[in-house]
Amino acid sequence: MTLPLFTTTDDPGPDFAGLIRRLRVPLHPTMTTGAMPSGPAGAGEIRHGTTVVALRFADGIVMAGDRRATEGHAIAHRAMEKVFPADRYSAVAIAGAAGPAVEMVRLFQTQLEHYEKVEGVVLSLEGKANQLGQMVREHLPMAMQGLAVVPLFAGYDLARGTGRIFTYDVTGGHYEETEHNATGSGGRDARTTIKLGYRVGMDRDDAVELAIEALYEAADEDSATGGPDLIRGIYPLVATVTAEGFASVPEDEVAERFASLIERRRSEGRQP
Amino acid sequence: MTMPYYVAPEQVMKDRAEYAQKGIARGRSLIASAYDEGIVIVADNPSRSLHKISEIYDRIAFAGVGKYNEFDQLRVSGIRHADTKGYAYSREDVDARSLANLYAQYLGQVFTHEMKPLEVEILVAELGTGLHAPQLYHIAYEGTITDEDRYAVLGGETETIAQRLEESWTEGWSLTEALRAAVAALAGPDRTLSGGDLEVAVLAQGNGRRAFRRLVDEELSTLLA
Repeated sequence: MTLPLFTTTDDPGPDFAGLIRRLRVPLHPTMTTGAMPSGPAGAGEIRHGTTVVALRFADGIVMAGDRRATEGHAIAHRAMEKVFPADRYSAVAIAGAAGPAVEMVRLFQTQLEHYEKVEGVVLSLEGKANQLGQMVREHLPMAMQGLAVVPLFAGYDLARGTGRIFTYDVTGGHYEETEHNATGSGGRDARTTIKLGYRVGMDRDDAVELAIEALYEAADEDSATGGPDLIRGIYPLVATVTAEGFASVPEDEVAERFASLIERRRSEGRQP
Repeated sequence: MTMPYYVAPEQVMKDRAEYAQKGIARGRSLIASAYDEGIVIVADNPSRSLHKISEIYDRIAFAGVGKYNEFDQLRVSGIRHADTKGYAYSREDVDARSLANLYAQYLGQVFTHEMKPLEVEILVAELGTGLHAPQLYHIAYEGTITDEDRYAVLGGETETIAQRLEESWTEGWSLTEALRAAVAALAGPDRTLSGGDLEVAVLAQGNGRRAFRRLVDEELSTLLA
C-alpha cells in the first residue's frame, strides 16, 4: 500500500466509493461499474427473506428487524443482523439478498464516516438518504438478476429536531415516510399491525412495544421471517435513534417484552 | 555551451532543510501528551474551522504544523489510507505505525526528489490498548520519524517548549494536569492562552469505537479554569 495521493483534477473529494474505485479495491461488481453481470436477465423471483420496520415516536425513531436468513425454503442463518447503526444519528435496516445487502451497509457506514472526517462536518440526514439511494441505484443490474437490496433508512434530523424515515425501491428511488413503514416479505403484515396500533407522538416504550408486536405478527404469517427464538435465546434486534444518538434496545428488554406480549394475549383469551 | 553550476549535494540538502525549517518555524506550535486515560493534543490555533488536529480512524489522530494546504493534503490521504484499509481488511488491522511509515516515506521522497520540500511537521497518535502503550509518531519535513510514548512537540521553538513541559511532566497525570501543563508550555512565561486561542482534542478510552473527540467551548474553559 502507498499513500493515496491524487492530483487536484482527479481528487475524489469526500466520496469513499469514488476513492476505492480509483484505488481499484475489489468491490461488488455492480458497485464499481454498474455493469450488468452476464447471465439470465430479469429473473422475476425477487426474494425478500425479512421483515424490518421503522416508526417515529415523540423523541425519534424505532427500528427493528427479525433475525432469519433464508435460502429458498431452507433457513440459512438464525441470528443474522439486519439493523445497523449507519452513523451516530441514523440507522439502516436491510431486506433482500443478504450478501450484497450487508456489503452495501458496510460501504454506506464507511462512506458516512469518511465524509465526516474528510470534510470535518456531518452530512445532513437528507444527504445521507440520497447517498444510500445512489448505492441502491447502482445495484439495480443485480436486482434485475434477482438479487435485490431494499433498505430502510431512518435517523434523527438534528437541524429539524425530529426523527425521519426513508423507504427505497430497487431503482434507488426513495420516499420519505411521515410516520412508519416496514419492508421485506413480512412487511405487509407488519405494516398492518403498526397501522392499527400507531398513535402520533407515542413515547419510546410504546413504540418499541409496537415494533415488537409488528415483527411478531409478521413472523406468524411469513415463513421467511423469524419470530422470537425462545429455545436458543435469539430475539429480533431493536434500536432507537434520538437526539442522544443511536442506541440498541438491550436484548433482555426485548426478551421481556416478547414474554409479556405472549402472556398478555393468553390472559385475554386470544391466540398468541 | 553553457555548463550548469556545480552545487555540492551537501549544500542542496542544507538549503532545502533550511527552507523547510524556516517555513515551519513561522507557524505556531503544538503539543501532544499521553495522560492516564488517553492522549491529549493541544495546538496554538485561534481558528475554529481550519483545524490542525483531526481524526484519522477509530484510535488514531493526526496533527500537523507548518503550511496548512500541505499538511491538510497529508491528513486527507491518511484518512483515505485508513478507511480503505479498514474496508478491505478489518477495522482492527488499521494501525498508526504503517501509516506513519507511509508518511515518512512520502516526506523523504519529496525532500530528496522534488524542487521544494514540504514545510510541515506531522504527528500520528494512536491510543494504547491493554496490550501496548500509547504511541506518538513524530515525522519531520525530511521524513525522519521518531516515536514517543510520553509527549511530542511540533513546530518552531520546540526545544524551549519541550523543556518547559519536561519540568512539569508526571507519569500517569490526569487530563486536567496534562492540558494545563501543555497550555503553559505553549504559552511560555510572557503570554497566557485561553480557550479561544486553542484547539484541543483527545483520543480517550471510554469514548466508544471512535476515540477522537474535540474539547470545545465550555468543556474546555472548565478544564482550563
